[in-house]
Amino acid sequence: MPESRAGEVLLRASRVSRSFGGLKAVDDVSVAVRQGTVHAVIGTNGAGKSTLINLLCGEIQASQGTVELLGHDVSRWSQPRRAQAGLGRSYQRNTIYAPFTVFENCRLSAQARLQRPWAWFTPASSCATTCAAASHALERTGLAAQAHLIAGTLSHGQKRQLEIAMCLATGPRVLVLDEPLAGMGAEESERMLALLEGLKAEHAILLVEHDMGAVFRVSDEITVMVNGRVIATGAPEEIRANAEVQTAYLGEEGAN
Amino acid sequence: MRDLSSRVVPAVIAGLALAAFPMFGGKFAIDLVTKIMILAIFALSLELLVGQTGLVCFGHAAFLGIAAYTAALLTPQSGPAPLLALLPAAVLAAGGYALAVGALSLRTRGIYFIMVTLAFAQMAYYVFHDTKLGGGSDGIYVYYRPVLSVGDWQPFDLDGGHTFYYFVLVFLAFTFALLGFLVRSRFGRALAGIRVNEQRMRAAGFATYGYKLAAFVLAGMLAGLAGFLYALKDGFVSPELLSWHQSGAVLIMIILGGLGSLRGAVVGAFAFVLLQELFQSEAVFGALAQHWQLTLGFAIIACVALMPDGIVGAGRQFGRRVANLRRLRNA
Repeated sequence: MPESRAGEVLLRASRVSRSFGGLKAVDDVSVAVRQGTVHAVIGTNGAGKSTLINLLCGEIQASQGTVELLGHDVSRWSQPRRAQAGLGRSYQRNTIYAPFTVFENCRLSAQARLQRPWAWFTPASSCATTCAAASHALERTGLAAQAHLIAGTLSHGQKRQLEIAMCLATGPRVLVLDEPLAGMGAEESERMLALLEGLKAEHAILLVEHDMGAVFRVSDEITVMVNGRVIATGAPEEIRANAEVQTAYLGEEGAN
Repeated sequence: MRDLSSRVVPAVIAGLALAAFPMFGGKFAIDLVTKIMILAIFALSLELLVGQTGLVCFGHAAFLGIAAYTAALLTPQSGPAPLLALLPAAVLAAGGYALAVGALSLRTRGIYFIMVTLAFAQMAYYVFHDTKLGGGSDGIYVYYRPVLSVGDWQPFDLDGGHTFYYFVLVFLAFTFALLGFLVRSRFGRALAGIRVNEQRMRAAGFATYGYKLAAFVLAGMLAGLAGFLYALKDGFVSPELLSWHQSGAVLIMIILGGLGSLRGAVVGAFAFVLLQELFQSEAVFGALAQHWQLTLGFAIIACVALMPDGIVGAGRQFGRRVANLRRLRNA
């Protein structure tokens, strides 16, 4: 894995837009996510955060603007190709492979980097590289003890951890995390935040999250979206002090 | 390695039982089992799509029929064709059609995929039914089974004794073993991932379209292998081989046997044909045997209602119950 300097922009959206019918879900949005930092995107429901993630990951294509990943213009790249290039994402809803074991969830994710679809007579489970990547991702996220359970039987909090573990198993350099704390208890949230702080050193992380306490704790940079547009970008203390943000968003949430 | 032996041992025992069968069975029974084994190959090919990849193909008979017609049309009127040319030609013809159908239909999902595959199969059906290409609705005869000859030496003669039975059994064993390896390989695991959650597979970096197309073409070629054997078995091919009834019947076989397991496809083929024979038997059902489709239909509905995971699933559950009882008694 090539090393990147701290602060180098690994993922950048430049003036991307996307409409659905008459609705401009994402309107002229620019964000830059740097190596070694967490860039949070906050906004009310329907502000366009999830659409922005889908544009960045290639699940849908932007109608205008460009997306750059590790210095390449990936605007026309498919989602699998962007993932291959080092972009890992987690989903807001749990989208694990529920009938498989926890370990197989991660091993299959790791296989994306070493696909070998022609090796019909080698069992997938005997591949040392993908198995090691899976074990490492499970240890990192604290799920090693659950490795042989069926993923569907995990608690909600553990499923959220597994989401991150599957993401890590692909060896990404940029992480795009869609509400990793959604529906978590205080203790689980604390563990997840500690994990994010640990992952920050080797990754560029884009975080969409509703828990403002968590966002202001782990973020180095915050972008605020309202109705598909960016109304402010800056360090946490600038965002906290921004009058427009306070009326549009933080005010409603009780300015915590 | 208990897991491995529990998988391989029943398959080997079933293979040996099939190999020994011609010593006991009469001509009618041997003929029936030959037909079932061909249909089992056909069912296995569909299991790869439906049970493993989650692609419900409702036009699988097209690949069976196209390979059968290829074998019939390429066999000269005057003598046998070489096996080593006829078999690949039939399988490749089915694979070629699967490539075209798959490339287009895999752009759709769910119910649309079911309908598009059905439409392509009906298209092929009407080509053979309404044109003189393969004798129209009357079908076409295959007068000679192909021969394998290396120089002057012929290792076997498909017309002699039980040779054709064993010829089919070898291909069934080959198909079962191939798919047994395949579903455990990285390719097979990726197909399983696509069945469970395709969106997540794409997010991880799998270009899923290529995987699905490869599975579709492979399934088409294996169905073609079954079609090739079918043409040789009776020496007669008719458009009915491509009709949607045939596509529906093979779907019922794999559901009856138990989706998601290879042995379910084989067991389902046996169960379906044997049930059909049972309800067609005048000795058992008298006048009702004329309405065998009605009784077969009820029997299938009852089976699926009582065994939602198929025969293999019911067997597994029964085994678990027996093990629990034994544990209780020992405690």
